[in-house]
Amino acid sequence: MRKKYLIPLEVIGIFLALLWLAPFYLMIVNSLKTKREIFEDTLKPPSHLTFDNYIAAFKELDFLKTFGNSLLITGASVLIIIIFSAMAAYALSRTKSKVSTIIFFIFVAAMLIPFQSVMIPLVTIFGKFEMLNRGGLIFMYLGFGASLSIFLYHGALNSIPKSLDEAATIDGANKFQIFWHIIFPILKPITVTVAILNTIWIWNDYLLPSLVINQQGMETIPLKMFFFFGEYTKQWHLALAGLTIAIIPVIILYFFAQREIIKGVSEGAVK
Amino acid sequence: MRIREWSYWLFLMPVLAALVLVVIAPLLLGIYYSFTDWNGIQATGFVGLANYKAIFQDERFLNSLWFTAKFSIVSIVLINVIGLSLALLVTAKLKTNKLMRTIFFMPNLIGGLILGFIWQFIFTKAFAGFGSLVGLESLKGWLSTPSTGFWGLVILMSWQMAGYIMVIYIAYLEGISKELIEAAEIDGANAFQRFWHVIFPLVAPAFTVSMFLTLSNTFKLYDQNLSLTGGGPYDSTQMVAMEIFNTAFKQYDMAYAQSKAVIFFIIVAVIALVQVYINKKREVEM
Repeated sequence: MRKKYLIPLEVIGIFLALLWLAPFYLMIVNSLKTKREIFEDTLKPPSHLTFDNYIAAFKELDFLKTFGNSLLITGASVLIIIIFSAMAAYALSRTKSKVSTIIFFIFVAAMLIPFQSVMIPLVTIFGKFEMLNRGGLIFMYLGFGASLSIFLYHGALNSIPKSLDEAATIDGANKFQIFWHIIFPILKPITVTVAILNTIWIWNDYLLPSLVINQQGMETIPLKMFFFFGEYTKQWHLALAGLTIAIIPVIILYFFAQREIIKGVSEGAVK
Repeated sequence: MRIREWSYWLFLMPVLAALVLVVIAPLLLGIYYSFTDWNGIQATGFVGLANYKAIFQDERFLNSLWFTAKFSIVSIVLINVIGLSLALLVTAKLKTNKLMRTIFFMPNLIGGLILGFIWQFIFTKAFAGFGSLVGLESLKGWLSTPSTGFWGLVILMSWQMAGYIMVIYIAYLEGISKELIEAAEIDGANAFQRFWHVIFPLVAPAFTVSMFLTLSNTFKLYDQNLSLTGGGPYDSTQMVAMEIFNTAFKQYDMAYAQSKAVIFFIIVAVIALVQVYINKKREVEM
């Protein structure tokens, strides 16, 4: 594009970027104010800096524990999704047969099923067998997350030559050794994509944990945020501080891994 | 690996077990329950199509379906237009384009529930503050009427998802060779002609992906709906996902809620299949 367009475009871009950030700016500015100051004016910066709201919200959210819960559930779910989906995709891509085609098709078709269509029986059945809370939740994430992950791994595996497997078989490696020591390391780029997509989804998911986690002290961040917000609905100074606290870990991660994250999301969608 | 080998099934077992227990069994069981008087614990008998017949007279459900359809169509158009515009902007040779990509994409990393709460503050408090500053009455009372609730949801979703769709368009835009665009420029095509005749057909496959993603995200929306408007005022901004949830877990009308869920599944599946079919056909023609 010709140079004369670039300066106006740059200006438009910066304006839009600021507009995109405005909600975050307003959230942070008002989270530093007192209740009265917010009531008087939402746009003005705070008259003096105080972190009282943050201290109160941090305690109320029991943030270290809540953060730990989210970390445990997201970490465990993503880990088992990666390992089991890669294994399944490996079996499906290396065994060309009608059975494999059908199973693969079922996984892809399952992506069309909206969560709301299965949630009611799901929760009642798992509740009946007392399989709710953490273990059940992680298992459910495997069930809901496997489809897309298998689809992505399957695509990547098709471009890894079979001769690699055959050479290892001649050297006396068994199926599991071949997968774990030879194939899985080659899949690393797609594993990063799978990990990023599933982490964003599970970390932020509200509906499923709200139905499955029914024990106090096990709440994830979105779940705790919902209760917290319900209690402080007219106290925006505390609510906004709580929201800011909940976002900070994600922003820090984004700051360090933005290239990988954007690349992962783009690859996950385009493939 | 062969199908008869135990290792084949061992590799597949964990995900197959999870898919069957978490998705397939509940789906089939749910279809069965929708023909009964199931109350969440037990079903005492078949009721035939009674649940389904009731749905078509259920104004609250039909309203939510209509609201969801309107919301989805408006959002899909806006998200794709904004997303493609942002993609074109950040693929121009600007000094700040890396930073802008980072900023536009950022909302997608944060959960819909939290974003909805943030925007609740923006719409109800900051909008009102800004409105009295510049003297615009129309900025007051947002989310307290059906139409501001609707546009509030549309703005929230567009703000959140445009950056996601932008990333998809960027992937396709960057795949277009520079020579092709330069050749068109040498041939005398202006910026608009270059976009319409060269760039646009080449990013067409991105529409398939983007439409699918925006549709499935807007049609099944729950979290943002819950935290921004909570369905209010007077259930006027209640989308289908929330309506089903409330029928099941607030009114405890399980079999009835499940039959709504089955209808929802059929609608989603039909839309998705039609969409894939149309897009594939169009791509072939191009």
